[in-house]
Amino acid sequence: MIYLDTISGTPLHPEVKVAMVRYLDNGFGNPISQHRVGDKALEALERAREETAGLINARKTEIVFTSGGTESINHAVKGVALAMREKGRHIVTSNIEHQAVQRSLRTLTGMGYRVTSVPVDRYGLVDPQDVEKAITDETILVSIMHANNEIGTVEPIEEIGRITRLKGVIFHTDAVASAGVIPVDVEEFGVDLLSMAANQFYGPPGVGALYVRTGTKIAPLLDGGIQENGLRAGTQNMIGIVGMGKAAELAAGEMQGRMEHLWYLRKTFTNRIAEIDDLILNGHPTKCLPHLVSCSVQYVEGESMVLMLDEEGICVSTRSACASGSLRASHVLTSIGLDYVSTQGTLIFSFGIDNTVDDVDAAVGAFKRSVAFLRSMSPLYGKK
Amino acid sequence: MSAYSELVMDHFTRPRNRGNMEHPDGIGEVGNPVCGDMMTIMIRVKDGRLDDVKFETMGCGAAIAVSSIVSEMAKGKTLKEALLISTETVGAQLGELPKNELHCSNLGADALHKAIMDYYDRQKGRPKKTRGGKVEYLERTEKQCYCPYCEHELPSNGSLCTNCGKSTKTG
Repeated sequence: MIYLDTISGTPLHPEVKVAMVRYLDNGFGNPISQHRVGDKALEALERAREETAGLINARKTEIVFTSGGTESINHAVKGVALAMREKGRHIVTSNIEHQAVQRSLRTLTGMGYRVTSVPVDRYGLVDPQDVEKAITDETILVSIMHANNEIGTVEPIEEIGRITRLKGVIFHTDAVASAGVIPVDVEEFGVDLLSMAANQFYGPPGVGALYVRTGTKIAPLLDGGIQENGLRAGTQNMIGIVGMGKAAELAAGEMQGRMEHLWYLRKTFTNRIAEIDDLILNGHPTKCLPHLVSCSVQYVEGESMVLMLDEEGICVSTRSACASGSLRASHVLTSIGLDYVSTQGTLIFSFGIDNTVDDVDAAVGAFKRSVAFLRSMSPLYGKK
Repeated sequence: MSAYSELVMDHFTRPRNRGNMEHPDGIGEVGNPVCGDMMTIMIRVKDGRLDDVKFETMGCGAAIAVSSIVSEMAKGKTLKEALLISTETVGAQLGELPKNELHCSNLGADALHKAIMDYYDRQKGRPKKTRGGKVEYLERTEKQCYCPYCEHELPSNGSLCTNCGKSTKTG
């Protein structure tokens, strides 16, 4: 089995597993308790918090643990909307944000908020000038993702951060696909809020964090007890958080080596698949994640390719209409100008730190065979 | 993929009757590559029976499996018998399909019927469908996209089914 779908979730790093099992064996306490069992839990919690903060150059008091990227994003968008509703009701975002951002915003527009969504170029890049022009006196939030999970394009967050600082508008970035993978520094970015998820950097699924810059006006998403500095009620997912902390510590220490390895796999892969004709690569060629390749194969549909590759033990993902559960094309692919038909034949290969060049070779071989087989029975191939 | 039955996976990995047919007696094309599926069924008719049936399909696993199954079901039948092959009879063969792929399975029976209708048209001297030439995808569609839950026709924009109210976007 060759797993090339890390963008959907990474396998657990063995050291993360060790840390989590050790906690499982020794800890069950609630960090809020006033006795020694609680103290042990609190110690583990705060250590994980420090490790997580270190990954993004934040202070540990600025980390709120959540159930994952989606919750962090929901909290950022809705929490600011709620807290700032007297000042204004306008939000600026981009056309290629993750559904968590888009549907959170849809909920808000249903409640009277207005949203301006800036377009992207054919590489998926946002123009910071477009963001600047969109900001008005009524704008209370800008939400632009750091790296896109479907095409891998990395956005000019530092430039946008300078603009939002100047205009005094809260800036949130969805860094779920990038935090723990490439350098993320909240001071360099100038962001006020940042969403991240452990299952993108070899931590467990179901746990993430929201970075909240000191002084940011934001309401809680979950009301109840006073956990997480009053920002996120509920007894924390200690096992997950311990895992996340360990994963963050490893990611920070090994980031350079990991990136080099992933870039190398990516380059090998894109070089080899250049031999397949009528194949389009999506996203920016250099301003992109080191581990993700989005390719659109003409005359073939995505889910059928995923199935064929799965038959050969290769795991990848697609955003074709059939596979996504709706009958709609990916909004990211249509926003970069890809024609509807090509969006249906798009595969996303995302590599992991355990993958080798042999894995890439095997994947390319299986990919070529699948494409040839499916094209041989496609009504569109060789007909135009 | 565990959502598919063994029968479907068999027809997907070893499809029967795939490929082009030289000078078919009837051609039926359905689907819309915008939705992700395009199915073409070609037939050869001898003595009122389907002597040969071939398909070319671009689509998901269910679409390819359905094309293969329909072509097998139709081969050897009289034209009248073949017209009785319906979404229901095809569905009965397939067993459990993931809900959003019911729409794929509808295409198989439709493509076969269109091929038979095209044959009848040619017999009556009406202009025949030809392969090749520029394909205008959006103009060719007869059918809209359907709600994966209740199969009611979906509006061309928006993502809520006007019949059962369910969202068709699950992202």
